[in-house]
Amino acid sequence: MSGNHPGLSNNFSRSGEKFSWSKDNLRSIKNIISKYPKGREQSAVMPLLYLAQEQNNNWISIECIETIAETLNMPKIRVTEVASFYSMYNTRPVGENLVQICRTSPCWLRGSNKITKTICKETKCEINDTSDDNKFTVVEVECLGACSNGPMIQINNDFYEDLDEESTKKIIDNIKEGKPNVIGSQKGRRSSENA
Amino acid sequence: MSDDLINIKVNQKEIQVDKNLTVMQACEIAGEEIPRFCYHDKLSIAGNCRMCLVEIEKAPKLVSSCTMPLMEGMSIITNSEKVNAGRKGVMEFLLINHPLDCPICDQGGECDLQDQAMYYGFDKSRYKENKRAVDNKNMGPLVNTIMTRCIHCTRCVRFATEVAGVPELGMLGRGENAEITTYLEQSITSELSGNVIDLCPVGALTSKPYQFKARPWELKRTDSIDIFDSVGSNIRVDSRAEEILRVTPRTNEYINEEWISDKVRFNYDGYYQQRIDTPYIKENQKLSISNWEESLKVLKDKLKTLKPLALIGEHVDLETGYAIKKFMSNYGKDNVECRTDNHAILESLDSYRFNTPLNDIENSDLIILLGTNPKIETPIINHKIFKAYNNDSKVFNIGENISLNYKTEYLGESLSSLNNENLIKALKKSTNPLIIIGSAFLNKIKNIKTLKSIFSYADKYKVITKEKNNLNFLIPYASRVGQLIIGNTTNKLCEPFSNLKKDNFELVLSFGSEHIANEQFNNCFKVYFGHHGDDGAMGSDIVLPTPLYTEKNGTFVNIEGRPQEAKKCHNPIGSAKEEWSILKKLSDELSFDFIPNTFEQLRSELFDKHPILSDYHEIIAVENSTSITPDIEFEDCKAEYPISNFYMSDVISKNSVTMAKCVEEITSTPSLLEKSA
Repeated sequence: MSGNHPGLSNNFSRSGEKFSWSKDNLRSIKNIISKYPKGREQSAVMPLLYLAQEQNNNWISIECIETIAETLNMPKIRVTEVASFYSMYNTRPVGENLVQICRTSPCWLRGSNKITKTICKETKCEINDTSDDNKFTVVEVECLGACSNGPMIQINNDFYEDLDEESTKKIIDNIKEGKPNVIGSQKGRRSSENA
Repeated sequence: MSDDLINIKVNQKEIQVDKNLTVMQACEIAGEEIPRFCYHDKLSIAGNCRMCLVEIEKAPKLVSSCTMPLMEGMSIITNSEKVNAGRKGVMEFLLINHPLDCPICDQGGECDLQDQAMYYGFDKSRYKENKRAVDNKNMGPLVNTIMTRCIHCTRCVRFATEVAGVPELGMLGRGENAEITTYLEQSITSELSGNVIDLCPVGALTSKPYQFKARPWELKRTDSIDIFDSVGSNIRVDSRAEEILRVTPRTNEYINEEWISDKVRFNYDGYYQQRIDTPYIKENQKLSISNWEESLKVLKDKLKTLKPLALIGEHVDLETGYAIKKFMSNYGKDNVECRTDNHAILESLDSYRFNTPLNDIENSDLIILLGTNPKIETPIINHKIFKAYNNDSKVFNIGENISLNYKTEYLGESLSSLNNENLIKALKKSTNPLIIIGSAFLNKIKNIKTLKSIFSYADKYKVITKEKNNLNFLIPYASRVGQLIIGNTTNKLCEPFSNLKKDNFELVLSFGSEHIANEQFNNCFKVYFGHHGDDGAMGSDIVLPTPLYTEKNGTFVNIEGRPQEAKKCHNPIGSAKEEWSILKKLSDELSFDFIPNTFEQLRSELFDKHPILSDYHEIIAVENSTSITPDIEFEDCKAEYPISNFYMSDVISKNSVTMAKCVEEITSTPSLLEKSA
């Protein structure tokens, strides 16, 4: 994967806006921190990064890092290290829909290349890029763990499995038009039962 | 056999070692050298370079010896084919992305990777893929980075966090994308940041001022002492011809361990700026160039009629101080003064030195900082306090509410805050409390009773006991303790220097002390012996050039009372002459009694008079003093810190371009810690 992948870049940027926790998140944070022994509050850095990413349009800005460091009373560089280590924390802004295409062997054997091509064509953006209307960011990732239903993609928090070019186009079109999509297998399979 | 010892075998050789050691340490005791990059005995164990692989019998795979604890009966093999092959494999991986730029690398010739590649490297690469390149990072004006060379040992990261106490360095990303950087590429804000250069096993972090200056084998190495604070860190001065090119630490476990402050490491370019290279005499309110003959003749005539006072500056060595005292004794008593900052002292040695041995500070469980900012006055002592802090010691602060790299509890601005209830409660619980009182208060105390009260207070709360004396006086000047020991002061009973009756003196001889410019000497004839053109020199009637500490031999007594020698590195600049030889010449012409003809004679006379000073590297032993008053009473004085800018504390640093850059880039951006606090 190239360094341009929003989750794998070491370059963080500022959003320019102050980041402060929402009321709901403050409540969750209290709950999360209480799970760790006293003096070990810093262990909560990963769930807090996740909350911050959710609240901050799906990416971690420098402001998020500074707020987390303050909340957990730890050095900012330590938060930065964790955020840059894991690919699921995005270090730069992404589109409304983060499309992650699995390209690991099982999906690739089942035609993930075609899916990639279709998605790039339909969203009008390259791999690791964001579309002009800021609706999509497309990235290629390694195995997402739904191998028996490949090829598959993940859009934000949902899996779309058993894809072909047609069903992929349909999913993207629905998102563009604001219509709901069927989550999971696009062939009507329940989880990974025999086809 | 004691319980702590276990039997192991290293390469079939049976030895007994402490069971708490690691395999690597045991191998070293057995005399086997283990290659390593990430392991450093002053830092936590990371175990990420994998260079220290050894074979352990019955273990299926090679193990990294730095992380492996010992077990009874363990048999370690460090020289088998398998070990060699394993290390070769590790080295091959390390070299995959390491550039082959040794010919233009500053680390070349003293590089751990270069050395170990001689043993474990291949002569050609099997790697055909693209190599990675990493952008260089800004780490400030002192540390130069070429990050493609980095092998990710994380020594620098651990140093910044554990030793310097500024968690600003980190490793971002992972795998091939891993990069060492400071947070947002800001400058490192530590006073010890230069030590990462020595720690870096490759050429990724090198010295910016020393860049492309020299190869290590061209340099002459001279052992010396850091005179820019009172800790007396052991340094090695590297020079070529008549120029100092860099300063590095020498290991001394009792004092500086392996670290030195950035000031002594980087201010050497100031040694050659604004130097007084020839005598000057004031004519028509202007200093004009003169020569030794003329200037000494004028001075001699003045010395025949006028009554002199000698001031001793902060960089004066013991031998010079002794020569001054000897010369001045021809004019009576109490006419030499080194306490030009109004430093209050009592008679005994333990009232002006750091009584706790420096490497015992870390064992204290309660530390009171009284009018001292160890972070900028003595970074090495600050590191030791930081160690104590990490061992759960509480730190209290009285004076200004200064920002340090550890948490302190602020009690108030006056000495009477020592009676704070919280503090008293903590003191009663503490088993090994320690007080550090600094110049900010010592220079303000006027009443002898206050000083005695501090002793009584320390006695009352078990800071001073029969076994130990943890009441410490911290003065940031290298010359002070030594000069006081040989008695270069006008008064030992707390009388401040500013009370000196000016009518008694008509001529002032200043040996590198800028206090000659004080108003109280306005009507005196002023003679300045010094190496740098500063305010003291500007206002004087005669200016005589003298050598810097690197241009002559000299003894300095550090703050804990440990005499150490700074050796001569190269000849003095211009026509500078050593102070004692000037005084010798004057004595001869004034027909005074001044026997030593050579520096060696002077030194042996000094040691005859003060035998305690001749024992180099040992702390001078003293009896605990009994300066105790029955009632404890502190006068009200406001703390005034002697040094406000670490990088610009003395005339040499003020003339250093590197230090000026530090002020611009480091102190002007508020510290990361301050911002987050």
